[in-house]
Amino acid sequence: MTTLTDPPAGTFRLSMLLNDTRYRSLTFQAIALLVLIAAIVFLANNLMTNLRTAGLNISYEFLGSPAGYDINQTLIAYDSQSTNMRAAWVGILNTMLVAVLACATATVFGVIAGVLRLSNNWLVRKLMAVYVEIFRNIPVLIWIIIIFTIMTAVMPGARDYLGAEPKTELLFGMFAFTNRGVYAPAPVWNDGSGLVIAVFVLSIIGIFAYRRYARNLLYATGKLLPTGWPSLALLIVPVVLAFFIMGQPIGLDSPDVLANRFNLKGGIQIGAPLIALWFALSIYTGAFIAENVRAGIQAVSKGQTEAAAALGLRSGRIMNLVVLPQALRVIIPPLISNYLNITKNTSLAIAVGYADITATLGGITLNQTGRAIECVLLLMLFYLVISLSISALMNVYNNAMKLKER
Amino acid sequence: MKKTVFLGALTVAGLAAGAAAAGTLDDVKARGKLNCGVTTGLVGFAAPDANGEWNGFDVAVCRAVAAAVLGDPAAVEFVPTTGKTRFTALASGEIDMLARNTTWTFSRDVDLKFTFVGVNYYDGQGFMAPKALGVSSAKELDGATVCIQTGTTTELNLADFFRANNISYQPVPIETNAEAQQQYLAGACDVFTTDASGLAATRATFEAPGDHVLLPEIVSKEPLGPLVRHGDDEWGDVVRWTLNALITAEELGVTSANIGEMSAAAGGNPEINRLLGTEGNLGEMLGLSADWATKAISASGNYGEIFEKNIGESTPIGLARGLNAQWTNGGLIYSPPFR
Repeated sequence: MTTLTDPPAGTFRLSMLLNDTRYRSLTFQAIALLVLIAAIVFLANNLMTNLRTAGLNISYEFLGSPAGYDINQTLIAYDSQSTNMRAAWVGILNTMLVAVLACATATVFGVIAGVLRLSNNWLVRKLMAVYVEIFRNIPVLIWIIIIFTIMTAVMPGARDYLGAEPKTELLFGMFAFTNRGVYAPAPVWNDGSGLVIAVFVLSIIGIFAYRRYARNLLYATGKLLPTGWPSLALLIVPVVLAFFIMGQPIGLDSPDVLANRFNLKGGIQIGAPLIALWFALSIYTGAFIAENVRAGIQAVSKGQTEAAAALGLRSGRIMNLVVLPQALRVIIPPLISNYLNITKNTSLAIAVGYADITATLGGITLNQTGRAIECVLLLMLFYLVISLSISALMNVYNNAMKLKER
Repeated sequence: MKKTVFLGALTVAGLAAGAAAAGTLDDVKARGKLNCGVTTGLVGFAAPDANGEWNGFDVAVCRAVAAAVLGDPAAVEFVPTTGKTRFTALASGEIDMLARNTTWTFSRDVDLKFTFVGVNYYDGQGFMAPKALGVSSAKELDGATVCIQTGTTTELNLADFFRANNISYQPVPIETNAEAQQQYLAGACDVFTTDASGLAATRATFEAPGDHVLLPEIVSKEPLGPLVRHGDDEWGDVVRWTLNALITAEELGVTSANIGEMSAAAGGNPEINRLLGTEGNLGEMLGLSADWATKAISASGNYGEIFEKNIGESTPIGLARGLNAQWTNGGLIYSPPFR
């Protein structure tokens, strides 16, 4: 027989804070917390005191004053007389642009490489292993610089395209690939182009409706309708018809090679820094995603594949219908952190002169106004907000995909 | 060349509890070595040669100060600094003086709490373009792509210039001079802009310098000079008057060739006598030996000699004296009298 001796209640002594295991851990945590708070207070106080002695203060007034510098890629209207706040917004949009582009392409690269790493073909499997190992084991900054340098050195200069008898002709009369970036024609929206766009949106809705109908029909009757070519037809035919019925309202503004002696003018320019940064981030993070995808696929029991094969499914369908949906549960959580990595790695943009938020607010504005602490605090806030938003969105997706336990 | 990075100074102001400001002269004497901040390497201004010896226009100022204070032009520890680290290094006391083509501006003098002791090179922002483009004026640059070193006053001057002339351009912000050079040579930008002296120095390192022209427009004032920490006036005086001694020596015709003879005994010109310490006690007032200026001038010659040897027209950099001629020759180089 065992006797349980409860500690006598109500006899709390101060020494128990150290001697009693029930309180000891709390004591140490409380002490650690106090030390941490004291350290932060000390540092903050030190900073404020020294700033005051140096005659400086924390102020965000500089955000409203003119920035005074120009930016090469602006998604919103901006000139050197715009405010520092506006410059920060230009940077934020540029950051988000390259982050979204890189997340999309990294996912494509990653899924393809991850699936091919498990290929039965020895050569393909080894090639993908080489890709993954080379790209993820060299720092991304090096990749960004290498790709940018190669682009600069290998691509023809913009001036090669200029003049009445250029050294290099425009591709199809509208595309130019130079070491300053890619020049492409820009669409010109004339009267009636709204209708064409409306038709285009309606076709996309139509495609979804058709696919839904096909799926319901499959579940209800077992009849399998083709979805590939009807979707394509729905996407193209109505838009093309509308385009010609309305009298070709959408024109193209090709880059002009005769505008001046320095640059092509007109059209859309996708700058070399954006391309280098986008490609480097995609291919680098793609290598990590490939490993996640491989892990996810390998986490699906081999019995599932065999069972699907026994039911007569072909290997493409096994991958799409059986393996990948289950693998996604394993893939998504690390994928979130890869997306966050891409977003944070965009801050390396300054290495190639891409005007992201770190380059505008955290670079030129900081240098020119001297408001280092204010700018860095704003930068931290921005990256925190954007990362938490991505995290939240991806968690919603994860919750939708994860194993439903009922 | 002129990054207005306040970050470093702020860090120091914020975190270090104020480095000892006074007594730099005594510190240098006790140490037996002058810690002088220079660039990480700009040919002609400050760069180590094949033997690791630092040479250049800014380096000569360091050597003159070391000679004046310690009697030995070789007693200098050169500390390479970047545009970002230079002010931190000076404010924290890591270096005793900064001689690194730094533009004298209001905010650096007043806000960052430094003392500019003078100007050893009057510079201005210029443009370099390939000859093949056939550009003869910066006003013809409408639509051009321009490489700039980011974080410098250059960026703002450039925006102002193009706006004032109502022409457009595309900026390519580049972190370092070397990278900008590479982009420019590959044709990723049409024009490269920075201080005119920096352009000349950069061009001198090209394979075919003759294929590139410097455009005539100078779009800003960039007075470059050595600086010290605010609040130590004795030390500031030593550096200021060492620089002035080099300038006055040129004005009075004292050169490294004739200084031995001139300083041996008092001559006919009282100002030369005062400068070289054969008359009066100027050295004592500074807290230095009587022949301080003699040693400073002997180190690498007078201002004109230093200019000609490092960046003058006989060197690959090939800068004309221009604004940097003595005031007696129509330039701006002018030293207060030694009296």
